[in-house]
Amino acid sequence: MQFLDFIWLVPLLPALGALIQLLGGRKLSNRAVSLVSVGLPGLSFVWAVGCFLQLLLLKGTPFTKILYTWLPAGAFRLTDGSLAQLSIDVGFQLDALSAVMMLVVTGVGFLIHFYSIGYMGHEGGYYRFFGYLNLFMFSMLILVLADNYLMMFVGWEGVGLCSYLLIGFYFHRQAAADAGKKAFVVNRVGDAGFLLGVMLIAVTFGSLNFLEVTEAARSGRFGVGDAAITAICILLFIGAIGKSAQIPLYTWLPDAMEGPTPVSALIHAATMVTAGVYMVARSNALYVLAPTALALVAGIGAVTAIWAASIGLVQNDIKRVLAYSTISQLGYMFLACGVGFFAAGIFHLMTHAFFKALLFLGSGSVIHALSGEQDMRKMGALWSKIPTTAKTMLVGTLAISGAPLFSGFFSKDEILWQAFASPYGNKLLWAVAVVTAGLTAFYMFRLFFMTFGGKSRVPHEVEHHIHESPRVMTVPLIILAAGAVAAGFVGWPQMLGGPNWFEHFLAPVFENPAMRPSAHHAWSLEFGVMLFSVLVAAVGFYVAYRFYVARPETPERLAAAARPAYRLVLNKYYVDELYDALFVNRAKNVGNAAAAFDLAIIDGGVNGAGWLTRFSAEVSRLWDLWVIDGLVNVMAFGVKVLSYPVRILQTGLVQMYALLIVLGVLIFMAYYLIHF
Amino acid sequence: MIPTHYYLFLGAALFTIGVVGVLTRRNVIVILMSIELILNAVNINLVAFSRYFQAVDGQVFAIFVITDAAAEAAVGLGLIIALFRNKETVNADEIDLLKW
Repeated sequence: MQFLDFIWLVPLLPALGALIQLLGGRKLSNRAVSLVSVGLPGLSFVWAVGCFLQLLLLKGTPFTKILYTWLPAGAFRLTDGSLAQLSIDVGFQLDALSAVMMLVVTGVGFLIHFYSIGYMGHEGGYYRFFGYLNLFMFSMLILVLADNYLMMFVGWEGVGLCSYLLIGFYFHRQAAADAGKKAFVVNRVGDAGFLLGVMLIAVTFGSLNFLEVTEAARSGRFGVGDAAITAICILLFIGAIGKSAQIPLYTWLPDAMEGPTPVSALIHAATMVTAGVYMVARSNALYVLAPTALALVAGIGAVTAIWAASIGLVQNDIKRVLAYSTISQLGYMFLACGVGFFAAGIFHLMTHAFFKALLFLGSGSVIHALSGEQDMRKMGALWSKIPTTAKTMLVGTLAISGAPLFSGFFSKDEILWQAFASPYGNKLLWAVAVVTAGLTAFYMFRLFFMTFGGKSRVPHEVEHHIHESPRVMTVPLIILAAGAVAAGFVGWPQMLGGPNWFEHFLAPVFENPAMRPSAHHAWSLEFGVMLFSVLVAAVGFYVAYRFYVARPETPERLAAAARPAYRLVLNKYYVDELYDALFVNRAKNVGNAAAAFDLAIIDGGVNGAGWLTRFSAEVSRLWDLWVIDGLVNVMAFGVKVLSYPVRILQTGLVQMYALLIVLGVLIFMAYYLIHF
Repeated sequence: MIPTHYYLFLGAALFTIGVVGVLTRRNVIVILMSIELILNAVNINLVAFSRYFQAVDGQVFAIFVITDAAAEAAVGLGLIIALFRNKETVNADEIDLLKW
């Protein structure tokens, strides 16, 4: 078990890369930075594959490796005087669920690192980018490989930090700096809920370890609908809402597109935002005991899916469309978990990672080719000019739209079927999901046709420089495209004759005695549902074709006809403005008041002390000037006054002196004459 | 015989004229002349008392005084010449460098 024993290398190799870059990366050349920061995640991926293969040999038993005990039992005393029994380790758990996540993170992560060599090659702060990206890999791997809730939270916070750092990578741009702040603060709101949930778990179960909590939950100690468990699940889900950008905490994700495109691909599509889904899946034993929470998860997932899809219909920035698409697809994943079929959610997470990363990297390639243009209204007819990008983007678009046999088809279909048929699902959820699927097909093909098809709307100066991206960028696109096609096959449904390896692989993780047994449905019903969803997607495709290829004037005419509705959706239903009025401005006012207080009173006090010093110095000066010097001057004046009579005798006239002599003689004579 | 006090009055008068001349005249040469006058008044006084007391001491002393006066006049004139060379004036009022 060589690979598994050193499973901690998987997160630590990227951490080493981060350390090197953030301490000494400034001195390294771009080549050295690339070698270290792309090579180490590559090694990490190789090691992860090794761990996965060795895990298969364990046939369903989870593998745990504890490095050391972080918080030992009896570390502190409770209010009733007894010693706390809670013990938390730094340990790793590899089972089917975390293995899937680990492979997705390291695999897609490595491809994106590789792509970034080309995309970020001409940017300043190259080493900083890779340092942060490696730090992110480390945090995300800690998150998925943790064996307890607290360590997962460490990774959770770490990815939040890296998200902030990377969104605000171009920190000298106000929009980017603001977006980074927004992401972090909105995330924090969710984290508060998450932390409360974790604390409640500690209190209810006396442990934070996944295996222990799962075992306790499945032991029958708690009844279905237990209040404490429901509270835990709802609080944890609040954390997921923040991290995975669901309603009402999704507003940070579209703004996060200010970051470089590889960041959008890795963090805000394939990995970080899926952490919420992973967390819900990991806590499946708890959720199954709280149907209310499950209903909440499914409801929010479905509403978010359709809400975000509707906004994505009219956005003109290529990355914004993909951002809203991500929010929508995450809604699908939560819908799957909410109807009790966590494996379906994880399946969609995996396929989504492939095609969403592909779409983002492809859009990055388009932006690169157009020297930075992101507005789709200024694109068009790029199919022949950047063929590799165009073809891989087509694969991605087909995958996300659920075209048959592409990966998205299998995973999305699984979710739609479960929403329809599961004991936790209902037809309304299914209807919302199907409509969203149609909207998804529409806006994705809208994106495709506006970018690659139709007539060229590219401005003249940009048109000269259009070039296909270098191989370092197109090779990951091709690999991801292959994945977007092939990844679905591991989940080939039983209905169509396949073994559905994926579901069987994940089955041990999700076995819950408390789960409602699923009713048996005829396969013809399942086939019918599948066919219907393909039809809906085809309708979406056709409408997009008509709007943007066959009759390009249609979108404008429609927008003009329904101007207020169009404007409402274009402005994202003014949710950001609402939040600003309700929360942001109030918080800012508190901040401003505190700053004013600090300036006026605290600084005023310091300034006052300074003024006092200068004032007493002035008094000292005046005392010295008037009193001390005054005394001296008075004395001198006195001498001058007293000497005046004597002074005036000194006329320098000899005759006057002679006169005085004579007068003196006369006085003496007179004296003697009178007395004798 | 002329009474002695006639000589004394003459001496006193000359002395007074000389003193007034020293104190009031502007020209330094005239001041010197007035000093000579004072000295000669003293001489008259000395000789008058020599005749009165029938002793020759007074006359001897008078000759001393005359010699002295001559020497003094020489020195005084020398001083005046040196003064004139420096200050271009023989006006006593203008020689007041040693004032306060």
